[in-house]
Amino acid sequence: MFRKRPPPEEERRVRANDREYNEKFQYASNCIVTSKYNIITFLPVNLFEQFQEVANTYFLFLLILQLIPQISSLSWFTTIVPLALVLSITAVKDATDDYFRHKSDNQVNNRQSQVLIRGSLQNEKWMNVRVGDIIKLENNQFVAADVLLLFSSEPHGLCYIETAELDGETNMKVRQSVSVTSEPGDPNNLASFDGEVVCEPPNNKLDRFCGTLYWRDKKYTLTNQNMLLRGCVLRNTEACYGLVIFAGPDTKLMQNSGRTKFKRTSIDRLMNTLVLWIFGFLVCMGVILAVGNAVWEREVGSLFQSYLPWDPPVDNFLFSAFLSFWSYVIILNTVVPISLYVSVEVIRLGHSYFINWDQQMFCSQCNTAAAARTTTLNEELGQVEYIFSDKTGTLTQNIMSFNKCSINGQTYGEVADPLGPQPKKLDFTPFNPLADPGFCFYDDTLLESVKVGDSHTHEFFRLLSLCHTVMSEEKSEGELVYKAQSPDEGALVAAARNFGFMFCSRTPGTITIREMGQPVTYTLLAILDFNNIRKRMSVIVRNPEGRIRLYCKGADTVLLERLHPCNQELMNITSDHLNEYAADGLRTLALAYRDLTEDEWEAWAESHRCAGKATSCREDRLAATYDQIEQDMMLLGATAIEDKLQEGVPETIAILSLANIKIWVLTGDKQETAVNIGYSCKMLTDDMTEVFIISGHTVQSVRQELRRARERMIELSRTRDGGKEEGTGGWSEACFMGNGVREGQGRDVAGGVKQLQCSPPPPSNLTDNISGEFALVINGHSLAHALEADMETEFVSTACACKAVICCRVTPLQKAQVVELIKKHKKAVTLAIGDGANDVGMIKSAHIGVGISGQEGIQAALASDYSFSQFRFLQRLLLVHGRWSYLRMCRFLCYFFYKNFAFTMVHFWFGFFCGFSAQTVYDQYFITLYNIVYTSLPVLAMGIFDQDVPDHRSLEYPKLYEPGQLNLLFNKREFFICIAQGIYTSVVLFFVPYTVLSDATQSTGVPLADHQTFAMTTATALVIVVSVQIALGTGFWTVINHVCVWGSLGSYFTIMFALHSQTLFRIFPSQFHFVGSAQSTLLQPVVWLTIALATAICIVPVLAVRFLKLALRPRLSDTVRYTQLVRQKKRKAVSRSAGGGWRSAGSVSEGRLGTRGGSRRSGYAFAHQEGFGELITSGKNMRLSSLALATFASRHSSSWIDTLRRKKHTHTHTPPSTSEECSSAPSCVSGSVPPLSNSSSILGGSQDTPIEEDVGTASAQNTQTVPTSSAQTQPALAPDSEATAPQDSALALSTGIFTSPAVRYHGGDSPGGWTVSLGTVQEALFGWKGIAVHTNASNSPGAPSVAKETSQLE
Amino acid sequence: MMASSYSTKEEDGHPSGASSHGGPGAVKSKKPDNTAFKQQRLPAWQPILTAGTVLPAFFVIGLIFIPIGIGLYVTSNNIKEYEIDYTGADINSSCYSCAKSYSWNSTTSCVCSVEFILEQPFESNVFMYYGLSNFYQNHRRYVKSRDDSQLNGDQSALMNPSKECEPYRTSDGKPIAPCGAIANSLFNDTLELYYVDSNGTRNAVPLVKKGIAWYTDKHVKFRNPGGNNNLTVAFQGTAKPVNWAKPVYELDPSDPDNNGFINEDFIVWMRTAALPTFRKLYRIIQKKSSTTPTLPSGKYFLNITYNYPVLSFDGRKRVILSTISWMGGKNPFLGIAYITVGSMCFFLGVVLLIIHHKYDTRNSSADIPN
Repeated sequence: MFRKRPPPEEERRVRANDREYNEKFQYASNCIVTSKYNIITFLPVNLFEQFQEVANTYFLFLLILQLIPQISSLSWFTTIVPLALVLSITAVKDATDDYFRHKSDNQVNNRQSQVLIRGSLQNEKWMNVRVGDIIKLENNQFVAADVLLLFSSEPHGLCYIETAELDGETNMKVRQSVSVTSEPGDPNNLASFDGEVVCEPPNNKLDRFCGTLYWRDKKYTLTNQNMLLRGCVLRNTEACYGLVIFAGPDTKLMQNSGRTKFKRTSIDRLMNTLVLWIFGFLVCMGVILAVGNAVWEREVGSLFQSYLPWDPPVDNFLFSAFLSFWSYVIILNTVVPISLYVSVEVIRLGHSYFINWDQQMFCSQCNTAAAARTTTLNEELGQVEYIFSDKTGTLTQNIMSFNKCSINGQTYGEVADPLGPQPKKLDFTPFNPLADPGFCFYDDTLLESVKVGDSHTHEFFRLLSLCHTVMSEEKSEGELVYKAQSPDEGALVAAARNFGFMFCSRTPGTITIREMGQPVTYTLLAILDFNNIRKRMSVIVRNPEGRIRLYCKGADTVLLERLHPCNQELMNITSDHLNEYAADGLRTLALAYRDLTEDEWEAWAESHRCAGKATSCREDRLAATYDQIEQDMMLLGATAIEDKLQEGVPETIAILSLANIKIWVLTGDKQETAVNIGYSCKMLTDDMTEVFIISGHTVQSVRQELRRARERMIELSRTRDGGKEEGTGGWSEACFMGNGVREGQGRDVAGGVKQLQCSPPPPSNLTDNISGEFALVINGHSLAHALEADMETEFVSTACACKAVICCRVTPLQKAQVVELIKKHKKAVTLAIGDGANDVGMIKSAHIGVGISGQEGIQAALASDYSFSQFRFLQRLLLVHGRWSYLRMCRFLCYFFYKNFAFTMVHFWFGFFCGFSAQTVYDQYFITLYNIVYTSLPVLAMGIFDQDVPDHRSLEYPKLYEPGQLNLLFNKREFFICIAQGIYTSVVLFFVPYTVLSDATQSTGVPLADHQTFAMTTATALVIVVSVQIALGTGFWTVINHVCVWGSLGSYFTIMFALHSQTLFRIFPSQFHFVGSAQSTLLQPVVWLTIALATAICIVPVLAVRFLKLALRPRLSDTVRYTQLVRQKKRKAVSRSAGGGWRSAGSVSEGRLGTRGGSRRSGYAFAHQEGFGELITSGKNMRLSSLALATFASRHSSSWIDTLRRKKHTHTHTPPSTSEECSSAPSCVSGSVPPLSNSSSILGGSQDTPIEEDVGTASAQNTQTVPTSSAQTQPALAPDSEATAPQDSALALSTGIFTSPAVRYHGGDSPGGWTVSLGTVQEALFGWKGIAVHTNASNSPGAPSVAKETSQLE
Repeated sequence: MMASSYSTKEEDGHPSGASSHGGPGAVKSKKPDNTAFKQQRLPAWQPILTAGTVLPAFFVIGLIFIPIGIGLYVTSNNIKEYEIDYTGADINSSCYSCAKSYSWNSTTSCVCSVEFILEQPFESNVFMYYGLSNFYQNHRRYVKSRDDSQLNGDQSALMNPSKECEPYRTSDGKPIAPCGAIANSLFNDTLELYYVDSNGTRNAVPLVKKGIAWYTDKHVKFRNPGGNNNLTVAFQGTAKPVNWAKPVYELDPSDPDNNGFINEDFIVWMRTAALPTFRKLYRIIQKKSSTTPTLPSGKYFLNITYNYPVLSFDGRKRVILSTISWMGGKNPFLGIAYITVGSMCFFLGVVLLIIHHKYDTRNSSADIPN
């Protein structure tokens, strides 16, 4: 890492089995070094690093100054002791960190791997693996470096890897070797393999690799499909061989684990500013005193020379003043105490431990405690204003559960009385021994209906068990595991299973299910696959009796239009049900079937075959044929699937918004889904004045929509306010009701002004005037425009006036951009929370990043500053820990500056009486120990343990969080108050002893005005005053606080007596000048009277002011504290349930939810990608699944199976292979036309011209086919297909970068094509994230042209 | 720097989430301990500044401070103190000529006497102080210009004084004992007090010159080199401070316990004052009998051997005669301050009480606007 590199690589050349050749390039070896030091370099390097800190350098500078005798006003040890202490604490911490890094490095570097050297396999340590080596990897081994797959034991050169360490996805991925190298079929031939790879230099792009293999005078293109990256684990593959391309620090894993950006809190920045100010103050003091010194030396000192001649180098008063300036800089340096930074770190560390230790943030299901991964941000948790949340996996569990259904006009699953006792969970086991015990359903009428043998119900569940693309694995007898592509499907199949229609297994041509215990095998004639345009899928099966039937499930909007007219009545009832379900935030699907005659089937099969073999526009022709047969269907019913929210999400969101935190949901999901979730987690409510949807596809339309939204907001709030009160009353109400509360109050005024200047006429003082609750939903493609420089401010001002903002279809990059935008324009503290690799960007760019841990994938948690396993813990993290941290840090800082000013400024006043000679008031030992012993522990104890209100109170009154957001507890004003108080104290501490002692004598007649007595008196008074002050400041006196406060006082007296003892003086007579002064001073009543007087004068005004503040302007926390005291006194349990406020609010809106009716259309439950049906019918995937099956048997400890099993026990059946975003990732390009959208413009797919042509033809074809098939549905359908056509092509692009040509040319059932179309197989199975993201990023610029094209088509 | 966020554990996979390798029994719960400390539930006293605690506190402070103040004031007023400025800056002053003519170099001493009348008799022990004004004993360069090792009798320091003593470290190549500016500027006026009784005769008031220094100074901090045996020998090879008329071992030849470094006048001088105007104990006039006052009222003469020039830097010299009480000398400020602070507290208490009753927004009900 410290190695000097030759100029950055342009390209990498690696020749296999040729170390000499490769050594020329000096590629990094596979040895990784994450440690910073070794034993020899530790001291110098660590010291060097520490002295890069300005504060440390400053103290070093002071130390050097002190070595100059003419300047030295303090002994050298007064600076070096604290400095050494601080340096050594930091050094010990660094050393421990580094020790663990060494350990982990060693462990990794010493792993064994098999390297092919001179034709034979040899065991080598990882660190000795070189670029160009061929290494052998075995099953379940970690890949040692980034290697090019040359040979795999599996057919077709395939091998399977798990990339959890890289991107957090636990699903398996397939890699394939270059065909030529896998051909030999014998690994021994690899010893003589001498191909040369030319490829890109090391980079951190996990999803991209491009290179070329030159072998035997031929060129072979290499892609990421051929690479195994370090950190992956080989699965289901006996062995494979690979050529090391990147090693050690060059690997993608290491390139990705870059140092995370160092985050600073606003308090940190404020502290640094203040420290700079204090430096300025220090210099001013120095200058004043130096001028004083000049005057004094000229007027008095020069005359006084007979007793006190000038030091030899000093020959005039100016030079003396110059020296005196530096002397004063030295003795006044304690206003910026060196222990400040260390103390702050210690306090933060303590707070971090409290977060780690919090039981209430521990999730017992996943056995994960909260973790503060960064220890430097805690107090910022108390100042958060904006939360950016991911949806899937963060707000939702990504678990779908079959919740309700409507069969033949009868709805099931309705819980009769929501207020009644929790109905009993149905027990399926007596009825169906194969039922999944994790499945929950509460309505036994449905089960009765199944038992009775109602034909509709049977047909309903038969459909669910047949019409899907789930695959099953029988792990052991009777234990079936379903692998579904989307969780929705898994939930439906699992439901059917429980109701007696168990899907057992499938082959390319058959589906075997158990109907009420009887195995029945259906012949699978065709799968009419799902895609985002069709929004439905169908299967055509022949039952054992030979009847052919088409089963179809899909979005109600699509399906209900394709029903046979005789269904009208049923359709109306089912529609009502669907609306009800949708209103409850459920994801719905409609189910239908159609009987086909043999002739119909034959005819259609023929046309289908033709379409499938078509060389051009195959996709569209297929779609047209599908459309042809999915007509005149008979409605069966509808299903409602609950996208389960994480526990406590609505409550948490309610509490957080009561705390004035604005929550933005940034999700890759479809708009419908996102809005649905918004409603179900109470971000959006029907109480809201208006929900604005921004989904324009062009810059102009987005701008227009934003403006319109804002104008409407103003208009609405004007009518609202106007109706109530005129004038100021209305205005103030607007301020309080709207979200503009903050903006109205000062600090964002500047921002508003800026907006006025730089943005094209935005309505003035917008945010001030907005009242009422608004929400904004913005689509990814619109967001892309909104984030452009000239629209930024417009977007921010609109969005920030809204109570809730939902951004859907956003890319990871956009997530980060949105966060950056708010950071830039609002100067507010932002927090991003997410669970997936796609959230890493926003987690890193937000002030605070929170990762959901304990779920699949650790990428987000690794990048985060805090991690825990449940979204609901966020309220505790912010409202309890964050609030306390902020409070404690503020109190700590206030007190810290106070005590140092009180301590140091005494020297300033003394300067006027000692000829500005920089004589210290105190004993030098006192100066040394004051900050590190006498006053450090009480303030640390307060900074770590203080609480103003107990934790449950802060959750009960979320408004308590507000002072943090407004930055009320420690700001420049508070700082000046502290400083003023400190100066006041110093004045008292100097002048009270001055006036009292100047004439006072001991009871023996010896005057008390000698320097040592004065020093003792002042020092004792100081220690007592600051102790009383901390006692007043401490609101929560634990044992530790008592020990610290009393202990500090005790230690002061003990140490003083010890230092002034005769014993020490006898040993070092020249070091302890103060011998005996402690005894002789502290025995004097006058001294104690002086101390008491000074203390009273210092404390009484503070007490009075605090009391007045409490009485006249109590803060909410004071009131809460006070009422608590009252309650304690009354010993009366006030029955106020925790969080009563939000609960009642919640129930109100819940009540309304039911009455809303069909105001909102549900997002349909279909979240997966197409291409799956084709795989099933072609049989390609069977090989993989049987292989997987075989390995599952031998690999019981496989983590993802276990994860699955665990989930099965806790929740309903969940398919294992869904990564959280698989539903949305590839389709971010464009949503379907949103029902609420007021835009008709369309976003195209991508820049690639061939694809654009596809877009054209696709939409053209779609629109052409519609009229031929069904004239009556055309008006409703047309906009739909127009909008979704581009998306189709985008999908084709995302899956087709590597493989789509193959798909086109080889057709559906050609077995020869399957190795080449591997990409499709794999990505369809496991979700394609990387390329989808890649596509998304590049899609926006192409938009206008495509839009134009499509409009021409219209 | 690359991989600070990278560690083997992470690469080894199966982190916390996938902890289900063994059976459920093998899974170690990572649940944090449920201790009061870790859960921040330590029992704690949570004081609040309520009217019930603050207002009584003010009254209590007031009630304590006022009597103390009165006591102090009365005590202080009972102390008798008499101060004489004998600097000789004023042309009418009897020491004017001495002050004018004096320079460090003159060999002959100038004597002047000041006459004063004590209106009231001084009962009990009377302490005689000399006071200097505008004398910066607290100047940094002055304060550090001493060698405590030397003063503690350290032989090597005697012959090789600390560098801090510069420029009074050596004289003519010989080390100065005691070195440094403090010692060099030792106050060397001699003061004698005469009581003029009713028939006009001058009676010398006996002045005790021992017992004026701190115990620790006299017995611990200051020691003569080589014990107290023969100081002349002990100080051989050293030079006297430049301004001194006689070497250190002749400070009080009459009393070996008061000679050399342990001479109490010297020790008192070496205890530097905190402020430029200060007084130092010079002599004690002990009470002879319980019947007669130590210093009866009447006419007194103060005889001054004027050696110490202060006029050059606008300094003043005083002699103070004072009795003391349990709390030391006359100190009216302390009593007044106590009375003032006490009354202020009381007053504040009343004001706050009124404010509390009039404006307190808090009622004891538990209603909190949320």
